Amino acid sequence: MLMLPGDASYQEIEELREQLGFNDPLYVQYARFAIKAVQGDFGESLYYHVPVMELIIERLPASLELAVSAMIFALVLAIPLGILSAVKRGSMLDMGSMFGALLGISMPHFWLGIMMMLFFSIHLGWLPTSGRGTFAHLIMPAVSLGLSLMAMFARLTRSVMLEVLSLDYIRTARAKGLKEQVIIYKHALKNALIPLVTVAGMQFGFLIGGTVIIETVFAWPGLGRLVIQAIFGRDYPLVQGIVFVFSFIFVGINLLVDILYVYLDPQISYSEEK
Amino acid sequence: MKSKDSKSKLIDDMFEDFLPNIHRAFEVLKDILKRPSAMAGGILLLLILLTSVLFPLVFHINPLDQDLMARFSPPVWQDGGTWKHILGTDNLGRDILSRLLYGSRVSLLVGFSAVLVASVAGIFLGLVSGYYGGKIDHFIMRIADVFMAYPFMLLTISVIAVLGPSIFNLIIVLGISDWVTYARTIRGSVLSIKTKEFVEASRAIGTPDLIIILRHVLPNVISPLIVLATLRVANIIIWESGLSFLGMGTPPPMPTWGRMLSEGREYITDAWWLVTIPGLAIMMTILSINLLGDGLRDALDPRLKNL
Repeated sequence: MLMLPGDASYQEIEELREQLGFNDPLYVQYARFAIKAVQGDFGESLYYHVPVMELIIERLPASLELAVSAMIFALVLAIPLGILSAVKRGSMLDMGSMFGALLGISMPHFWLGIMMMLFFSIHLGWLPTSGRGTFAHLIMPAVSLGLSLMAMFARLTRSVMLEVLSLDYIRTARAKGLKEQVIIYKHALKNALIPLVTVAGMQFGFLIGGTVIIETVFAWPGLGRLVIQAIFGRDYPLVQGIVFVFSFIFVGINLLVDILYVYLDPQISYSEEK
Repeated sequence: MKSKDSKSKLIDDMFEDFLPNIHRAFEVLKDILKRPSAMAGGILLLLILLTSVLFPLVFHINPLDQDLMARFSPPVWQDGGTWKHILGTDNLGRDILSRLLYGSRVSLLVGFSAVLVASVAGIFLGLVSGYYGGKIDHFIMRIADVFMAYPFMLLTISVIAVLGPSIFNLIIVLGISDWVTYARTIRGSVLSIKTKEFVEASRAIGTPDLIIILRHVLPNVISPLIVLATLRVANIIIWESGLSFLGMGTPPPMPTWGRMLSEGREYITDAWWLVTIPGLAIMMTILSINLLGDGLRDALDPRLKNL
């Protein structure tokens, strides 16, 4: 047993059950949990003996830093690569980057992390193997978390751009004699962004799942590593709190994506009057 | 007598329905054969599947046998490697090749079975939801929303943490967390198909719903799901290896690719092959499935053919 010594008497166990409210009906326990949870109170961690929310607030920035860096890394490289592949379709660059992208989505990200560690930290000694602090610490976790996303975004950008570039309004723009660059970056890319934003939003869930493993690989002091430790330590209040926060972020991002649509595509409107 | 007649007629009809489907399947197959990358993927996947099933016929090393005299023996092509352990041994002198082969069974079994669970559940719920609409639709889609609001990985981790790790639990948990994608995809297609004239006509002459769904609706909405299911096998195998990497896959000592990686990580400075080889195995498997899936998508969905 976790909370009492192994030789605790029956009476001691019963007292603890009563004290923790385990003798109440399940729905009463749930209501008690839910009322506190929406106020940000998930109780006290069984292992650390401090409020769960305090632990979460302490660890959250590290996870966000990792997830956001991975997302930025993925988008910044994937969009130009996807556009170039679409424009120079069938070229060596297109085939090379699409084969690379295929390898990228076929690789488990935690294995990529281990391989990078083997090469850059142990073999070459360039980057620190684990921990958080400097920019050098961030490179490997962010790249290994972001690479498969980047591969996916590059494939998506390419196929959406190809579709958009074959539409009539692009032909019109070409007929008007607009510069190819203006057509691609101003006319085509704007429309290609919508599916990209959708997928990027949905993939944030993947990122959250990904941080759980990547933080374990690189000993990154974030929520992902904490939740694994909490699960193995049977620290249930902590697990509940972290899962709640993760879902909250996930739903928040999806809401943000829905709001972004309105700005990206004037045809989409959420008001009923239209 | 009458009911028996109608039953046998039904079976005849169903059979007749299958003929064009079989024809179609051949067309798709021919289309795939024309694509070198899809064919390479298909052949590779077939080889992996056959090896995983048939290897005990020629290969007899027990993956759990410890050979403590030959701990950290490197692969055969490196100095100190022996033919006895072609891909080397781990920290307990266990044969890597043998562990790799037994591990492939876990990954493939979990990958394919979980996709089967997810797609059957998703297709059923999606068909019902799309075809009947109304309250049932609302109910199913709200449940889907709840699943969607929860990060997939976290859901599986927390459920496995409660149920305990086992192959069966893995399949069920991964399968159940993944049904939503199928249900939503198929529901969308059903909504557009069910207003078509041939469905209306069939309903007008009094065909039972079940027959309409099976004969007219399902065949018209299934292609994108075949592609989706193929590509999901790859994702599930990656998640399975991730879970077993975290120690939430199958219970020890069963060798799995993810566990080999997490055990090998402890000895990363001394034995590079322990962390490299299982990852390469995962990557080859996933790559073959992705190549095949991309080819299938191009063959089944003519709109995307030239992209």
